[in-house]
This record gives sequence, structure tokens and C-alpha cells, in this order.
Amino acid sequence: MSKAFSPSPLFERVERARRRKHKFKDTHITLAHGSGGRAMHELVEGVFLEYLRNPLLEALEDQAVFQLGGNETGNGNPATRIAYTTDSYVVDPIFFPGGDMGKLAVHGTINDLVMSGARPLYLSAGFILEEGFPIEDLRRILASMRDAAAEAGVAVVTGDTKVVQKGSADKLFINTSGIGVIESPVQLAATRAEIGDKVIVSGNIGDHGTAIMIARGELELETDIESDTAALNFLVADMLDEASRAGALAAIHCLRDPTRGGLATTLNEFAMSSELCIEINEAQIPVREEVKGACEILGLDPLYVANEGKLVALVSDALADRLIERMKQNRYGTNACVIGEVKAEPRGIVAMRTGFGGTRIVDMLAGEQLPRIC
Amino acid sequence: MKFIDEYRQSDLALKLADQITRMSDRPLKLMEVCGGHTHTIFKYGIEDLLPENIEMIHGPGCPVCVIPLGRVDDAISIARQPEVIFTTFGDAMRVPGSETSLLDAKARGADVRMVYSPLDALKIAKKSPDRHVVFFGLGFETTAPSTAMTVLQAAKDGVDNFSVFCNHITIIPALKAMLDSPDLKLDGFVGPGHVSTVIGTRCYEFVPNEYRKPLVVTGFEPLDVLQSVYMIVKQIIEGRAEIENQYSRVVHREGNRRALEALSEVFEPRDYFEWRGLGSIAHSGMRLRAKYSAFDAELRFQVPGLRIADPKACQCGEILKGVKKPWECKVFGTACTPETPIGSCMVSSEGACAAYYNFGRLSKIAERSHSAPA
Repeated sequence: MSKAFSPSPLFERVERARRRKHKFKDTHITLAHGSGGRAMHELVEGVFLEYLRNPLLEALEDQAVFQLGGNETGNGNPATRIAYTTDSYVVDPIFFPGGDMGKLAVHGTINDLVMSGARPLYLSAGFILEEGFPIEDLRRILASMRDAAAEAGVAVVTGDTKVVQKGSADKLFINTSGIGVIESPVQLAATRAEIGDKVIVSGNIGDHGTAIMIARGELELETDIESDTAALNFLVADMLDEASRAGALAAIHCLRDPTRGGLATTLNEFAMSSELCIEINEAQIPVREEVKGACEILGLDPLYVANEGKLVALVSDALADRLIERMKQNRYGTNACVIGEVKAEPRGIVAMRTGFGGTRIVDMLAGEQLPRIC
Repeated sequence: MKFIDEYRQSDLALKLADQITRMSDRPLKLMEVCGGHTHTIFKYGIEDLLPENIEMIHGPGCPVCVIPLGRVDDAISIARQPEVIFTTFGDAMRVPGSETSLLDAKARGADVRMVYSPLDALKIAKKSPDRHVVFFGLGFETTAPSTAMTVLQAAKDGVDNFSVFCNHITIIPALKAMLDSPDLKLDGFVGPGHVSTVIGTRCYEFVPNEYRKPLVVTGFEPLDVLQSVYMIVKQIIEGRAEIENQYSRVVHREGNRRALEALSEVFEPRDYFEWRGLGSIAHSGMRLRAKYSAFDAELRFQVPGLRIADPKACQCGEILKGVKKPWECKVFGTACTPETPIGSCMVSSEGACAAYYNFGRLSKIAERSHSAPA
């Protein structure tokens, strides 16, 4: 990577094939379609968009941003920018170290709103309950939703309950939608990365997915790894505040929470949407020792493991240091750091300088991350 | 991660790489036999550190890659039996048979479950007395002992609803086949690591004695692989051809006696076993002895048992033998990708093609574009 990159005809051939929108040929849903990797992107683009396409949905951001109110003549109240999102939660087990499905359902939807620069206001919550589910467990979930919402300053204002026959759903599924208001002129989109941008993560990666894997008890490991689930609205508010104090609100280009599919998937989305290369440095990526060890045993790569309380930002070099100093003062950003930067070539690729001194591609996963045989 | 990070230090790697570069005075082709080594080489970008005159050939030691289409079809046909719970290691889930994969069969209703060990499969059998649990036995002498121990345990506990679909293979006949292949000109071997913990190092002695090639039994951390390359090159420069053991922290000359005893108690060699891309190799497969026929899924279930030719476009055989580089295959990265693998080398992350695609595509192809005149 130190040499200037000049693509060979073969590289271009592979890249062309890689970017081509495949005709969606699958006849059944497999678990790969829910993994957050390429199979899921193909399902969304090849099936969902075909029927539901519109300009807002087409952007495929984690939330839709649109204007409400105001009028075009400029008289009366100005229009308000609104962010709107929805997410469903099916995590197994429902209770895990560091949280539970209720907390996750509040945090996840708040975070999807916040990554557009919005201040989250109201949530809806829909519950699908399996016949026989203990009310005591439901109470625990609701108490934790109440606490999570209170901490983040949002309210659950509408909801729905359905009960299905035993076996028709696994214990409990929750859907939450959220609405928030974007009060600053910030413009965030996966397409907005610029050459020279720094890649910032807000802290240690891989905690949530690893905690869940271990909580499933398949490997009988004992660790103290906890899910990092957290609402990041105050962290993002701090970042926007710092940027606007520096007169550089436009210097924050992309913001996302690397949930399913992990850091690697989010960076690939940025690289492909912005048609630029993201080069990261393995030695700078913060991963807890316990997570590294557990992933080593489970045959997983922490770069692809889900996070529920972390964000990735691409920001102008000039703002990066100042922004990180500010992030570190927030309890959810104490380990914030730069892990790489945006380059021109090779376009659409995430490359990583390994801790060992080599370079490799960090591609989007095809489907689920499957543990290796040996 | 203590005890692992020590084997991933980049300063030591650079020193070692420098010594290798200074020492090597001729073009050398070295084969790493194990898929685990292939994975390490790409994950850490080791080829970036090696001088240009050393070429790594990625051998046939990825068990998922060498399983023939017909055997996958047989596995799927067993998995589709209504009474069967089919258990498998994770990375065999996506291996394509002639029409479909286990992951697809699962989506269409087959009860396919991922396990980390055959003992987990036995546990499932004990918990589900009204079902029959089949374990997909895959891999070299690395995984075969745990299958053997599980069969012994099942016999001891009198479990009658458990069987193994045995596809275990042995490394020595494959190594001989490689050495006898006329189109293959290798100078030395990065020898198997985990396999050797079981079979020891004595059984490789024919490699230097009959073929005058050095073989160094090697661990799986990146410094292990670099050190092993150093040891092989040193042997060649000094005109030696010997077995050396770089992985002496784990591997002993006589191997693991208990594991070997379990293997020979439960398994016997098949006359022939087909390897994908390589064809039939005598005495390279294992099957359950008559004494344990009650646990042999091949005897319990009617399977199609067909030999199915590899797709025409697929050049996995040449790639496994190192005659062709993955990027020299016509379908590499275009029709054959990790999402839609045609050849088996693209399926597991240990397969040479998938490793190139996921990790190495960048540097290797970039390098090629630099060395080749436009």
C-alpha cells in the first residue's frame, strides 16, 4: 500500500463483477439474509426496493430524513428536519451480561436516529409474545426499557401487543420505531466521505456480539465480557457541539453505529457509497483483551462482531483531534481514537495494515460469520 | 492476549523477513499444506513480507475444500430425512453440493445445526431420544480423533440414535500424491501443525528420504510461519533436506498416542477416497470399522452415493496443486465469489481462492500490476 496503487486489468475485472447489482435469484430466505452482510444487502436491494422504492428509502441509510411543516414561500414557521427509523429485536438469549432485549430495543432505535444528527424524541414499541412467556420476564424487560428511555431522555408514546401460539415465535420479539428532530444544519450520509478524512471509533469494538455468543453457552466459557449497549445521543450531541464551536459542522461527513456485521461492514458501506478507499491500521483498533481471546477461541474476527454502543465517524483531518478530545469526556467515548483514514484508491475497498506489518482487504462478509473447522 | 501476541510481533517479523530476504538467492516454491496456514498467510499479509523469489503455493489441506460434490449431496440427502438432526461444523454449511448447500437445505426445513464439537452432537442425541442425530465427520487427523472419541463414548453410553457421516481424510497419502504429481515442482513444505500434534513428525520422513525435500512442521501464528519459511530456505541453501519441528511447543515426534489409538480403534482406511479437484487417492479416507457399524450413517441411510464431476469452469484441482494461481482461473472473482462459490476453494476462508478474494486480492494483484509491464 506504500506504493501508488495502479489497478491491473484483473483487479478491474473483479471489481466490476463485485459492484454489479446481481439479479436476486434466491428462492428461500436463509439465515445469511439476516446477517448484515452482502446477502442481506442483496435481499434489500433486489426484493424490498423493487416493491417499495422511493427517494427516501433508496438512500438505504439507517434512518429516513425529511422535512415537515413550513411552507415553500418561506413565510410562517420554517420547516423542521425529522429523522424516522424502525428496528426489530430478536436477540437470543433475551437476557445477557450487560443488558437485555428491552434495553437493546431502546438503545438501537435511538442510535439509528442519532446517527443522522437528530435529537431523539419519541419511540413506539410493538411486542410479539409467545404463549407461555413469563410475565415476570416481561416486567424485567419493561423496567429496563423504562430506565434506558429515561437515561436517554426519550419516551415510549405508543405501542402494540400481539400474542402468538407456542412455537410460532421464540419467546419475545420487540419492534421499536423512533422519531427525532435534526436541529443543526449538519449533513451526514455514507456518500459524503472525503479523501484525507480520519476514521474515528468511539471505543472498544466487538463487545456486544462476543457477550451474546458466550451467553448462548455453546462453549461454556466464563468471562466478564458485557454487551456495550448504550444510547449515544449525548455523545453525538457533544460531537456536534464541538464541531459547531470550531465552526466546522460540515467537517463531520459520515456517522454510523456498527451493529450487525460489525466495524468491517460499516466501513465497507462507507467505502462503497463514497467510492473511496478506507485504510485502517489494525494496531490502532481498540479491542478488549478478553474479546480478542474469546474471538480467537470461537474462530471469529472482532471486526465483524456486532456493537451496540459504538459509533464510527469519518471527519476532516483538521477537526479529528479536537473532536476526539471532546468525545473522551463523555462516558461512552472514553476510548475514542483514530483508526485510519480515507484515501482515493483503490475505490470502494477497505484495506487494513495488519499488526504484523502486511496489508489485507477487509471485505464485507457474504453471509453469517461461520467458525472455522480448525 | 498473552501467549498469543508474542507470536504476532511485527518488529520480530520484520527482522525475520529481512534475514530471509538476505539469505534467499534463488527462486523457491514452498507449499503450505494446511488451510490454517493459508488463512494465517493471508490474514496477516505474510506474502507482503517475503522476497519476490519466494512463492507460496497453497496446498490441499483445507478439509472443506477437498470434499467432493457427491459427498455433499449425500450429506444433504441424510439431512433431509424427517427424523434426522444433522450436525456439522460451521464452515461446512455453505459448501455447495451439485444443487444446493446445507444452509439452503436448512432454510427449506431440514434440521441442520452447527456444533463446535462432535461431543455436542452426542449431547443433542441424548436430549432428543425420538430423533436421530447425524454428525458430519469432516477433516484430517486434527478433527478425526474427536469423532473417534465421540463414537467410543456413544458406544459406552449405549446411545442408539447417533451416527457419523464419515468423511475424515488422512494427510500422508495426499502429500505423496502431491509429490508424485508430474506438473508440480516444489522446493519444500511448510508442514501441517495441528495434524502433526496427532500423528507426530516421524511419518513425514519419506519426504526428505525419498523426495529430497525439506519439511518443517509449523505452528499457526504468523511468526511461526515466517520462522518456518526461514528454516526451509536455510535447509535448501545449506543443501539439507530434513524434517524439522518449528512447532515443538505442541508437536512431538511420536504424536499423541491416545488419539492415535482411538483413531485405529474406530476407523479403518478406505481403499479409495475422492478428493475434490484431485481425484481418487488410495487409502486417503477413513470409514468406521465393522465393530462400530451401528454408528455409521452411510449404512443407516440410503444415500445417492453418486460421483459428480466438478463444474467445467472450475479449476480447483490446478489451484490445490499450485499449478495455477487463483487469479489465473477464468471465473475467479467474477462468476465464482464467496457468495456464489462454484469451486470449493472459494467456500471456506481457508480455501486458497477465498483467502485471495477476502484478504489478498489487493496486494497480490496490485503487486502483479507493478511487476507486469502494461
